[in-house]
Amino acid sequence: MRRVMELYGTQGWLTLGGAALLFMVIIPLLNLALPPEHVFHVPDHIVALMGKIMCYAIVALAMDLIWGYTGILSLGHGLFFALGGYAMGMYLMRAIGREGMYGSDLPDFMVFLDWKELPWYWLGSDHFGFALLLVILAPGLLALVFGYFAFRSRVKGVYFAIITQALTFAFMLLFFRNETGFGGNNGFTDFKRILGFPLANPSTKVALFITTAFTLLAVLLLCRFIVCSKLGRVLTAIRDAESRLMFSGYDPLHYKLFVWTLSAVLCGIAGALYVPQVGIINPSEMSPANSIEIAVWVALGGRGSLAGAILGAGLVNGAKSWLTVAFPDIWLYFLGLLFILTTLFIPKGVIGLIGQLRGRPK
Amino acid sequence: MNAAAAPEESAIRRPVPDGQAWRDTILYLDGVSVSFDGFKALNNLSLVIEEGELRCVIGPNGAGKTTMMDVITGKTRPDQGEVFFDGETDLTKLTEPEIAHAGIGRKFQRPTVFENHTVFENLELALKTDKSVWHSLFARLSSEQYGRIAETLALINLTGQAHKRAGLLSHGQKQWLEIGMLLMQQPKLLLVDEPVAGMTEEETERTGELLQGLAGAHSIVVVEHDMKFVSRIAHKVTVLHEGRVLAEGPMEKVQNDERVIEVYLGR
Repeated sequence: MRRVMELYGTQGWLTLGGAALLFMVIIPLLNLALPPEHVFHVPDHIVALMGKIMCYAIVALAMDLIWGYTGILSLGHGLFFALGGYAMGMYLMRAIGREGMYGSDLPDFMVFLDWKELPWYWLGSDHFGFALLLVILAPGLLALVFGYFAFRSRVKGVYFAIITQALTFAFMLLFFRNETGFGGNNGFTDFKRILGFPLANPSTKVALFITTAFTLLAVLLLCRFIVCSKLGRVLTAIRDAESRLMFSGYDPLHYKLFVWTLSAVLCGIAGALYVPQVGIINPSEMSPANSIEIAVWVALGGRGSLAGAILGAGLVNGAKSWLTVAFPDIWLYFLGLLFILTTLFIPKGVIGLIGQLRGRPK
Repeated sequence: MNAAAAPEESAIRRPVPDGQAWRDTILYLDGVSVSFDGFKALNNLSLVIEEGELRCVIGPNGAGKTTMMDVITGKTRPDQGEVFFDGETDLTKLTEPEIAHAGIGRKFQRPTVFENHTVFENLELALKTDKSVWHSLFARLSSEQYGRIAETLALINLTGQAHKRAGLLSHGQKQWLEIGMLLMQQPKLLLVDEPVAGMTEEETERTGELLQGLAGAHSIVVVEHDMKFVSRIAHKVTVLHEGRVLAEGPMEKVQNDERVIEVYLGR
């Protein structure tokens, strides 16, 4: 407990507490308790957007652990996010029950494919607890196996990045196929309820929002605990001088595998929170561009800074939601330009810039 | 970690040239060959280091000095030959971290420290302790470990810089820090690659004293180009040439060896 208290100074804890109060109490209240015409009412679409961005912030933290701190660039983190989302999506599909278009026990897309029974890998998906387990196991096991072979062969740098990119692309193609049994290119949608609560209800939405805020806080503290520990110093040592570390008696394989798998699991959790809030999951989440975008958030916010990762996810996605409406055709150029300018002029990201402006070397 | 792998039967108790059993040696290389794409970096190299000895290894560029270090520390696997540490540990079967745990510390030619960590953190990372992931996550320094870090800081003359980022140290200070990191591992054998490269005269002298002070309690192999430095610290010198031992003995004898002069000065 004492070590947890040491994670932040007084100012840091006050900021965190303030943010927690804002996202877990004030915004939900302003959304639910006030009538829509009230000045301080927070509209539903803003709550939905913020909920989504908080999921992305969890992904950004996961990315920062593996890239910012350990120096391993993954361009396949969208895959782990999507797998977590699909695991939750399976449960949500089953929770529709017979209210689907065809009134069958099977999910609509299976009826459409003329399947008569659930494939074996859907067994148990009607239990929420099992879904949660799958949210962790699916991305976790994939990352563990993939990471073991990649790190054992000492695949590094740009080669590793390219392989992860290929991995997510391969899975996207796999999930596009109807025969894979995950709804093909339409994926899962038309969810009705979660744990019996209708997803269309404002209170359910706010409950998901609060859960996401709480999870983000927990993930932030976990990441902070890791980077402040000796383990965190070993991770940055891997980034800076891996051979020195090996000759000091550390086996980088174990460390990389640990942080890589943890990072994938965190992405899966984020995906599981994301899907009930946005109401859809499909293979486009696994597209290579999505994974690259995750790296852009972290680069922009500031690699090797947890606050920076959250800030990056918020800034880019906030800007994105505005630009996609204001300039739907060219917003991607903005994103690209932003990335280039960041790498050229503020290599330490926005958070590094803030630190400089405050005159405090970070 | 299962460091003490049982040596194969055929390897046990093979006598070395002067009739001494290899079990009593700290480092024993016999008939080691390594080739890269046809180039023989090490060619039937045999070398024996006694416990507590300070040995200097010299030789022209490409003589195989660094490759020898790589073989001993597990970075490169020999095509042929035996490498035994402390009498019974077969180094050719261990990974780099396992060899470090067995008690061999290595200093690189270019000073390699963790530049973004403080001097103190560098030593903390090198500290001999359980280096598993789980242990690292919850590790806290004991007061005894603090004491050891403080001792080492004093020894390498960096007490005042303890909380400075290692990347900001001078070249010589980085060399010392790296030696300090080796000492934190409490190794039996130190492999030191060019410890005085880029050092001032005064730093070189201090480094010489430091290494001589460590010999005895540790066995040390120093690879160095600086002949003046070698003649100052070495009792026994090994000259490598084209991947094998050309000459071995006290500095005066080696310096006057015809073949050594030829290799260094050309025909």
